[in-house]
Amino acid sequence: MIVKALFLVMITAWIAGAIASLVTGRGVIARSVTALGACVGSAACLLLGVTALVTGQSLTLNSTRLLPVSGLMLRLDGLGAFFLVIIGLVGLASAIYGYGYSANYEGRYSLRMAGAMLNLLLLALGLQVMAYNALTFLIAWEAMSLSAYWLVLTEHDKTETVRAAVWYIAMTHAGFAALMAMFLLMAGGDLTTSFEGMRSNAAALSSTLRNVIFVLGLFGFGSKAGIVPLHVWLPMAHPVAPSHVSALMSGVVIKMGIYGLARVTLDLLGGGPVWWGVVVLGVGAISALLGVLYALMEHDLKRLLAYHSVENIGIILIGIGAGLVFHSYGLTSLAALGFIGGLYHTLNHACFKGLLFLGAGSVLHGTHTRNMEEMGGLIKRMPVTALCFLIGAIAISGLPPLNGFASEWLVFQSLLGGFNIPRPEVAVIMPVAVGMLALTSGLAAACFVKAFGITFLAIPRSREAEQASEAPFSMRAGMAILALACVALGLAPFIVVPALGRVLAGLGGLPDTHPAFTLKLSLATPGGASRVSPALLALGTLIILGLIPLALRALRANRRLRFGDSWGCGRIGQTPRMEYTATSFAEPLRRVFAELYRPTKELTIDFHPESKYFVQSIEYKSEITPWFEKYVYEPCLWLVRLLAVNVRRLQSGSLHLYLVYVAIALVILLLSARW
Amino acid sequence: MTGYLLEIGQAALALLLAPGLVGFIRVVKARLQGRRGAPPWQPYYDLRKLFGKEAVVSRNASWLFRFAPYLIFATTVVVTMLVPLVAAPLPFDAVGDLLTVVYLMLLGTFFLALAGLDPGTAFGGMGASREMTVAAIAEPTIALAIFGLAVGAGSTNLGQIVAQTLSHPGAVINPGHLLGFAALFIVTLAETGRLPVDNPATHLELTMIHEAMTLEYSGRYLALIEWAAGLKLLIFFSLLSNLFLPWGVATALTPGALAIAVIALIAKLALLGLAVALIETRIAKLRLFRVPELLGVSFVLALLSVTSSFLLR
Repeated sequence: MIVKALFLVMITAWIAGAIASLVTGRGVIARSVTALGACVGSAACLLLGVTALVTGQSLTLNSTRLLPVSGLMLRLDGLGAFFLVIIGLVGLASAIYGYGYSANYEGRYSLRMAGAMLNLLLLALGLQVMAYNALTFLIAWEAMSLSAYWLVLTEHDKTETVRAAVWYIAMTHAGFAALMAMFLLMAGGDLTTSFEGMRSNAAALSSTLRNVIFVLGLFGFGSKAGIVPLHVWLPMAHPVAPSHVSALMSGVVIKMGIYGLARVTLDLLGGGPVWWGVVVLGVGAISALLGVLYALMEHDLKRLLAYHSVENIGIILIGIGAGLVFHSYGLTSLAALGFIGGLYHTLNHACFKGLLFLGAGSVLHGTHTRNMEEMGGLIKRMPVTALCFLIGAIAISGLPPLNGFASEWLVFQSLLGGFNIPRPEVAVIMPVAVGMLALTSGLAAACFVKAFGITFLAIPRSREAEQASEAPFSMRAGMAILALACVALGLAPFIVVPALGRVLAGLGGLPDTHPAFTLKLSLATPGGASRVSPALLALGTLIILGLIPLALRALRANRRLRFGDSWGCGRIGQTPRMEYTATSFAEPLRRVFAELYRPTKELTIDFHPESKYFVQSIEYKSEITPWFEKYVYEPCLWLVRLLAVNVRRLQSGSLHLYLVYVAIALVILLLSARW
Repeated sequence: MTGYLLEIGQAALALLLAPGLVGFIRVVKARLQGRRGAPPWQPYYDLRKLFGKEAVVSRNASWLFRFAPYLIFATTVVVTMLVPLVAAPLPFDAVGDLLTVVYLMLLGTFFLALAGLDPGTAFGGMGASREMTVAAIAEPTIALAIFGLAVGAGSTNLGQIVAQTLSHPGAVINPGHLLGFAALFIVTLAETGRLPVDNPATHLELTMIHEAMTLEYSGRYLALIEWAAGLKLLIFFSLLSNLFLPWGVATALTPGALAIAVIALIAKLALLGLAVALIETRIAKLRLFRVPELLGVSFVLALLSVTSSFLLR
């Protein structure tokens, strides 16, 4: 009953929000109704997800009772409810934040469209995870892609934005085509077949067909999730979108790829051969490592975060891939551990990446630049934003006791179970994945020292940074919600993990691992082999943090404090030009991984005409080679262009020729109809 | 109850021994180089001196700069309670495993690097950048060494690993174990800022890593950081000795066993200290861009260690 009521509130609020935004037009009223609709809908969505998870209730709806169209089917189950929690949480924070953030857009861009599309995007996401047949799924998928496209285009007068939006829509439609083919194969041509029907049908499919379905699914969902090499649109589209939309896209929209992959491979197909898992694991490990390596080289704050989304999608896929490998060997409790790690990281990434994008938005709001080299010293001017960003940075680096650590720990633990695999050549993949995951998390920590340190610490590097001011209350509130979620999810894995165990129960024949995870303060792997308790860890650290000042007092240590200049090797007067920059911070790693980056160097020195020992100016330019754009996409684009040029020859403009075309087409049609 | 007292006692012992270990390595190094050197208790005097001095903080720095030493010290002390220094399994064994130990120390490094960037000097940034590079590249080796140990024990919890090795002493001489030890030893040198990765005695800012980050610290802040650095060295040494050669670690909480455990710990620390001092007098510092090669070697060793434990199981 309550589930149905919440569902109706959710749908109504989002639809009402969308319509109201279209009607009200501009100004503070438009922003308010947009935010109100999105907030109420997201809050209902969050509650709906939590209620369904706690009570285990499900909800089935057929379209005839909602809309006068047949063929639409909605059903809420555990997996869907879990993703509703993600949508609701990030949606709520983004909506509140968006109220303040879009004030900047007043009079410049269309608030009407942005507000309507934000509510529509949320609606599409909510329906997406409840879709119970292919038709509903694909409609929601397309609605999600198109509303996100519109939101990316908000700042439509910039060429960068238009270019990014075109890349995004092209990639997402390539994926959509693959998904359509996948569902047609799986449903035997009838898109209105319910998921239940597909599930029972899946066992009867030939193994070749199942493999084709898997590959199409990996491509389709991967293009949305942003796996390497389908990730190219992410670092373009996420930075140019309004920041609360970036948070939603990076936190939630790309997660629909994960949802789809889990739904299709595990639930509908019921798992597959070992190589599926190995491929997912491999793609995950490569995405994780390449994502973080490219992030390190970025000094555009939002692009850096977008590359980190590629990295974290990789970590999620490492968990899911390990789960699929174990699943194919029938090691179900290890498989559950892998899936739980992956899904937990999905939730965690939604929180901290949402938080970081909102933080980056506040910085952009305060300084009007995304270039880190022009920032600095913001911790004094924007203390709340700085603290929230710091929490996000610690969480994404996988450091205890925040949420990134809990989920990465679970992924590690599932990989450690690799020695149970009977085939040594498969088992050996696991330690390699451990190494790559560890390198990724180490590099992520380095990258976020750079991102936080250069942006928020030391002296401002530009006038804009010097004059930056703190974000308004609504934006701070949006960030605070997600910051609290990061802390809570980190300290209380013992609540999240059993809930996830229940979500997975029955999917692809996985057992209910819910009882294997005890509801104690510590988080243990099934069987209790390894355990860890972030909450006690945090408590211990806090106690000792409190004891240090007391001990210093007891030891009668000198507690005086004096402020002075930084040490400048005797030089008085420090300027921002003496500071370390983001580029110089990443320089050692650029040298270490030079094989990957292939940096180009261009040095122009302008000597004084009198003597070459005096230099007038030095210009240094260095770029890294964008492998995928250059070697994967450029040939593709070239091919498409070539085809297009050749196809153009058909269009001669001669009426006689067109008549011939019509005649030929008619003959072919008649012939084919006869057969 | 005894268990919790033991935890506190163990942390106190570690805090007490850490400056002595640093001093001991310095003395041995001095003697090997033909110098008299300062007495081994010099670091204790240094700490007392630093605690007695007022702190000077850069005007550019924020609250983070002043908070970082406390956090670094606190996380390091928490780690000493998780690592089996004298007894295993400890009551806090279920609070954190080996991965937690590694990531808690990475949290300390994270904040130290941020604190290095905070005063806005080039040296601090240089140190932070290098420290994070070394830490990131050392990470896979540590994870694989943990993997290798966990394969044997079936768990990443430290108490389990120690118990497993104690009950199967033959495992100590299998190649996986030995390769893992070698890998972790190299990483220890990198993580604790010893030669050939970083020179703890350097006075040249351009070659500094750890010292460059702490350049702006003074007074009690510097004392806390130095003490935590000593503790980190002690923790890595005890991980090396007690996970790979756990003999002496008390499994029963009797006074006799604990006394033996303390003596065994001191003996093992001294032995490793001697080894590090010997290495530091025999080899020169590597160029920064050669360090990844060294860490690459340690990674290969760790990978071989894990693979051999897979195949020889």
